[in-house]
Formats: sequence, structure tokens, C-alpha cells
Amino acid sequence: MKRYRHAASGILVPLAAIAFWQLLSAKGWVNATILPSPMQVLTKWWAYLRPLEAYDPSMGSYLKWCFSGELPQDAMGSLYRVLLGFAIGTGLALPLGLAMGYSKVVYALFNPLIQVLRPIPPIAYIPLSILWFGLGNPPAVFLISIGAFFPVLMNTVTGVQNVDSIYLRVGRNLGASRYTQFTRIILPAATPYIFTGARIGMGTAFIVVIVSEMIAVNNGLGYRILEAREYLWSDKIIAGMFTIGLLGLGIDTVMSRLSSRMLRWHRGLEQG
Amino acid sequence: MNANASHISVQAVHKVFQSGGQDVYALKAIDLEIARGEFVCLLGPSGCGKSTLLNAVAGFSLPSSGSIAVEGAAVAAPGPDRGMVFQEYALFPWMTVEQNIAFGLQVKGEAKPAIQARVDALLELLHLQDFRKRYPKDLSGGMRQRVAIARVLALDSPIMLMDEPFGALDALTRRTLQDELLRLWTELRKTILFVTHSIEEALYLADRTVVMTYRPGTIKRDLKVDLPRPRDVASPGFNALKKELSQLLMEEQNRHEQDEFRGAAVD
Repeated sequence: MKRYRHAASGILVPLAAIAFWQLLSAKGWVNATILPSPMQVLTKWWAYLRPLEAYDPSMGSYLKWCFSGELPQDAMGSLYRVLLGFAIGTGLALPLGLAMGYSKVVYALFNPLIQVLRPIPPIAYIPLSILWFGLGNPPAVFLISIGAFFPVLMNTVTGVQNVDSIYLRVGRNLGASRYTQFTRIILPAATPYIFTGARIGMGTAFIVVIVSEMIAVNNGLGYRILEAREYLWSDKIIAGMFTIGLLGLGIDTVMSRLSSRMLRWHRGLEQG
Repeated sequence: MNANASHISVQAVHKVFQSGGQDVYALKAIDLEIARGEFVCLLGPSGCGKSTLLNAVAGFSLPSSGSIAVEGAAVAAPGPDRGMVFQEYALFPWMTVEQNIAFGLQVKGEAKPAIQARVDALLELLHLQDFRKRYPKDLSGGMRQRVAIARVLALDSPIMLMDEPFGALDALTRRTLQDELLRLWTELRKTILFVTHSIEEALYLADRTVVMTYRPGTIKRDLKVDLPRPRDVASPGFNALKKELSQLLMEEQNRHEQDEFRGAAVD
């Protein structure tokens, strides 16, 4: 019962916001080009979402047809770039982070450079990425991997450095080799940090994909809303923005589900 | 090997550390011989070096001078022949109860069926069967310490080192686990070196109680506890020993406090 009441109160504010928005448009207080009505946005959204042509079995499967609309294509393009960039960024950050956390020598070697590069926002790499990779997916993936790289790296380093030394003492006492200590004690003990880093990295990657599409790619959600501005299609801009929001929410939900599933042992550990 | 030789032999052990440019003797001229199968408690106020001595025997921090030998061989590093049970349980929180117990056996490279059989036996021995799939965070303190004991027993090490293992438990759980430990010790004939600051615990458990002094850490008294088991904590004999040890311990506690006050005054 309580749960339902919470859910009900959760939609109150959005409903009020939409009602207010509707009121603004209905009364003609704002120009429809600047702020179209909710209904107009919804209509555009549907047009943007549905397949452009009627279903034709000779063109492929029904599922493929379902996703042939402009919006699904854009969303999949963005998602592809996010996942690829995230995989590359994480794939580089994880081994380096583990090495830096574990070895003082590696840390001393890499940390100064990392500290200088880390404050540079991924956006600032745009000119260089276009110079190096031209246009299209490569510069976008490059920028996204930079966005994912640093959060994963920093959290992995902290995670490894913060492994409680008592676990290592137990490991030594039970006869574990250095390799076993690393794989079965340090690595699992650091996973809560690593997952936090991955979640932040994924969030950054998602921000960067939108920006990079506005600049270097000619499809994807970021490209589409910038393109819509050229034609003053504010309804499409808003529909695109909501899509970005929902996709981001979806990705974050998947990440947090995944991490709480893999960290079952850790949930509520703080309370004792 | 000489059958009469001590199982654990501590000879002329010093442990010095630097504090404010001064040498502080955590351990000074410690001699201690522990026979095979003996249950020895190290008793003293905090800061008396009893945990330092235990860690030295475990091989976690080697003495500044002197020698520690187990079965005649010098201790140079931690090893599975001296299983340690920590006060903070120190179970791996990412492993279930049975994974924690199996860890040492896996490290040793034993075959899967053998590990499973051993883990099953230990779960039964410590009444943990119903908790095998649980994670440590879902266990009470008493249960966690049972798992920690099982983890050490899994390796079948002849020596068990215990660092105030029951210090964080409530009185009833504590007594239950003390009885369990005595049962295991009688069944498995381990040599146990057990650190505590509870006089009653030391007298309830040990064959010998070694009282240590506050800085420098030396042995103040090596007392044989000649009471029949199971021991009655209300018996006159028990209380006479308790009174004797209380006095010894109070002297050290007072020195500890004076030292702290002096430190505070200097600050």
C-alpha cells in the first residue's frame, strides 16, 4: 500500500509540470516555435519513433523493421558509441588502475601525468580528436573513452589502495601466494570502488557521446537535436532530449542493478 | 626431532620500535617455551606487548633480536602451520561461509572433492551447516568467529594463534565459544596461544597463564592453572587464582595509566 502511495506521489510533480506547460501553450503565453505544447512534442516523438515505411517482408525481419525509424536508429548509434568508448576506456583504465594501486613504483611513475591530464574535460579534446581521427565514429569513441577512463582509473586505484590490510594478513597466514592474494583478495575487495567508478564513467561517457555527436558525427541523438534546431523544430529537440534522458536513466539502472547483483556480499555492509 | 622439545620456543626476544626519537621496548627479554598440545594464555593490559608477541610468533612482524622457533625451525614468515584467529574476525566478506573455509585448502591446491569433504566436516564440527551459503555480513559475531575458527582448522595446522578472538562478543556467546574451543582443543590436540585481557577467560581456558608487564613488555608471571576441567568459575580455587592475577594485573594497569597521564602532561 505504502509502495503505491510512494509511486503515486512520484508522478505528482511531473504531472503538475506538464499541466503548467500545457497551460502556457494553450493560453498562447509563449510562442509555439519556442515552446511547443506537450501534445505536439508527443506527436513528433511518435513520428520520430515509428518506422518510415510500411512493413515489407522482403526487406528483412519484423524486428528490424520495428527499429528502422529515425529515433531507434539514432538511439542505437549513440548506444553503440557509448558502449564501445566505455569498453575501451575501462579496458585501459582497469589494468593501469590495478597496477597503480598495487605497486608504489607504478603509482610514482604514472601519477604525475595522470594528475595533469585528469582535469582536462573530455570536451577539450575535441579539436585534437578531429585533427587525429577526422569525422565520424572514431573521434567520438576516442572522446567517450577518455570520459570513461579517468573515473574508472581513479576509483580502481583508490579501491586497491584501500583494501584492509587485515585481509592480506589473513591471506599470508593461510599461505596464499602473491598472485592468489591479488586475484582472490585485492581484486574482489576493490570491486565496490571499481563499480562506483564504472557507473560514474558510464555517466560521463553518456554526456560525452551527445556532445561529440553534435560536433563530429552525422547521426545519433546529439546530432539529431542539433539538426532539429537548424529547422527550428523545437518539438523534435524536446522529444530528442527526453529520449536522451530516458536512455541515460536506462543505462544507469542497468549499471546499478548489475553492480548490486555482483556485490550481494557488500550490500548494507556499512551497517555492520 | 626430540620429542621433548618445545612446540613453540621463544628465546631472548626483544622488539623495539621508535617513538618520538626514543626506543620503546614492546618486548624485552622474553623467554617462553610452549609444549605440544598446551593451551597458553597471554594476559595483560593493553599496550603490554601480548599481541606483539603473538604477531611475532605468527611471523607478521619479526623480533628485533632473539629467536622464535616452531618445531625447532626459526619463524621467518607467516605460514599455514600457525593458523591465526583475529579479534575482528577478518572473514573475507565477498566469500560465503563455505568459500571462506575452503580458501586455505584451495590455496594449498587440494582436489575439489577433498576440499568439499573437509568443509562439510568443519561446518558440522562448528554447527554451521545451516549457514554455509551465507555471507559474513548476515552472521552474528559469534557465528563469524566460528567461521574464522573453521577457516584455520581447515588447514589442520598444529598451532592456533588467537588474538582476543572473543573480545567483541557478549558474555553468553563468549562462554559458548569458550566451551566450543575447549571441546575442539581436547578433540584435536592443538597447541594454542591465546591473547586476552580477561582474567576469567584466561583461567577458564588455559593450562598456563602468562602475565605480561606494561612497557617494557616482559613476563611478570608464568602461572600454571591446575584446576580440573570443566572449570567452575564460582569455585574457591578459581577465585583464589583470579584474585592473585587481579592484583598482578592492577599493578600493570596503574603503570599504564600513570604513563598515559605523564604523556598527557608533557603534551
